[in-house]
Amino acid sequence: MSSLALDRVETPSQDTRRWVLENGQSDEAVNRIVSAPLLQRHKWTWRTWWIAFAVSGAMTVMMIVSASWLLIRGVGVWGNNTTVVWGFGIANYVWWIGIGNAGTLISSMLLLMRQHWRASINRFAEAMTLFAASIAGLFPILHLGRPLYFYWLTPYPNTMLLWPQWRSALIWDFWAILSYLLFSIVFWYVGLIPDLATLRDRARSALPRKIYGAFALGWRGSARHWHFYEVYHKAMAALAVPLVVSLHSVVGLDFAASLMPGWAETIFPPYFVVGAMYSGFAMVVVLAALVRWGFRMQPIITVNHFDVMAKVMLMASIVMGLSYATEWFDAWYGGDHAERSMLTFMFSGSYSPIYFIMLFCNVLAPQAFWLAAARRSVAAVFVIAVIINVGMWLERLLIILNTLSHTHLPSMRHLFFPTIWDWTLLFGSLGFFAFMFLIFVRLVPSVSMHEVRHILHEGERP
Amino acid sequence: MIVLLAEFTRPEALMRAARQAQDAGDKVLDAFTPFPIAGMAELLGARSTRLRAVMFAGGIAIALGAFATEYFSAMLDYPINSGGRPLNSWPAFMMFPFAIGIFAAAVSGFIALMAETGLPRLHHPLFAVEGFERASQSRFLLAIAVLHSETGTADAEKRLRNAGALSVREAEP
Repeated sequence: MSSLALDRVETPSQDTRRWVLENGQSDEAVNRIVSAPLLQRHKWTWRTWWIAFAVSGAMTVMMIVSASWLLIRGVGVWGNNTTVVWGFGIANYVWWIGIGNAGTLISSMLLLMRQHWRASINRFAEAMTLFAASIAGLFPILHLGRPLYFYWLTPYPNTMLLWPQWRSALIWDFWAILSYLLFSIVFWYVGLIPDLATLRDRARSALPRKIYGAFALGWRGSARHWHFYEVYHKAMAALAVPLVVSLHSVVGLDFAASLMPGWAETIFPPYFVVGAMYSGFAMVVVLAALVRWGFRMQPIITVNHFDVMAKVMLMASIVMGLSYATEWFDAWYGGDHAERSMLTFMFSGSYSPIYFIMLFCNVLAPQAFWLAAARRSVAAVFVIAVIINVGMWLERLLIILNTLSHTHLPSMRHLFFPTIWDWTLLFGSLGFFAFMFLIFVRLVPSVSMHEVRHILHEGERP
Repeated sequence: MIVLLAEFTRPEALMRAARQAQDAGDKVLDAFTPFPIAGMAELLGARSTRLRAVMFAGGIAIALGAFATEYFSAMLDYPINSGGRPLNSWPAFMMFPFAIGIFAAAVSGFIALMAETGLPRLHHPLFAVEGFERASQSRFLLAIAVLHSETGTADAEKRLRNAGALSVREAEP
């Protein structure tokens, strides 16, 4: 028995090296691959980048126009009405904050669980978090009837002698998003410092060297510094997990703390957290495929990465399916008339086709990941990830539309029809996200070089 | 005292050389590496850090401050009876101190990290040493102080080369 069993025991070194292809398995190769887009720009024509930049720039302008029109004319330009008071604005907010949740969650959770493959994806996942969370923060403000007073959420000495209502879930939300966004910036920047030092030392011309050098803070890679750095980074990861979980739980509480049928459910906070991780992972996969293709990072972002990420999405899709089923069961088993009527409306009301599409996108489509062939095909994983993102947006939308369109008072019931300004703001925000991400990949290493170098040597002992 | 800076291509070689130097009575000053090397900080006798304690203290302090704000506003400055709820609804007040406390812990930790490492420090004599720029990329540098005479330096250099050093340079102490 012994010889067979021993053969199967992989040394830690082989185990972590399998996350990098052979042609990337040296420190220098990793540095070269990751820093090439930043320091050797002539290797690319950048044509696709410029096209994407122009398109996303135009969409950003569209977002600005749409938001300006909203600010000039008020929320009446949206499809919101006196019954459906939360339309696309809040759905977009919940969707974006879900994506914004995932980067830091993935990065910190995988770090604490010693999942070495995170090294190839955590940097751009964290960047995704920053951009998505910033965009998410805009929507609640835009959706306010009087956005210019949004700062009333903060406790500050004012001539009205008023204070925020601390019992309100919206106040919790404000602090959770703000703290999370600022925390994520610190987490991301600290992870970046050693890589900025690498870029400083590799840069041939003076200006990049000075800029990267200034942001690297004079990092020398001293063993003493690494020691403190690791202590801090791990402590940050341990703090990030409860912060992220609380953030999206609070988003769930925005709904659950009400008395509306379909919202007042205790399952909402965990269900929102899983949904956030799910849509965020799907977005990470989309970005991973693009970064890998655009900057020839196949040696570092491998098919194995897509394989494991597909497994995580499969797991999350099952949890989501279970959450939906729990909602249905609760509504039926609880016996409350409003809840049961709401359930009937979900499956047979005016929005039911969207609900079935949503179930297909979130629960059915990812079941393809049971097949290894689907998990190991980058194209298949990419397509299903896009489907999941669409499905998760529909889910966020329906949570709002179903409940608000089917309130307790039948005479108040109304449907929601989006206007052109709803759509321009949604797609404009997507464009703005792409715009910021394109700038990011051109200025900052999109993969954490020091962490990939580390896993190449993991398990080596003198 | 003479400081030698030896360049290695692999972390194991660096660790071996560091141990040998220590056994021979030289002082291992520091190592400069592209990623953290397990065991190196212990070998250098890096002191245990109070970084996490600072993070805890900073986080708790700001969280308490946040709760004090809530308590002051809801209990003392503007008590308002909202549906008969207790004025000090502390469970509902926890989110603000919690979130801001975690952010404060992160910032305190960052400040402590800068204090412990002495960064930011954009200029350092080591940056002038030829080949030092590779320590952030793919080379592993070991700095040792030879405390003895001229022959000691030659011996130390020989030991480092035997351990696999590509080059050994003298640096400013």
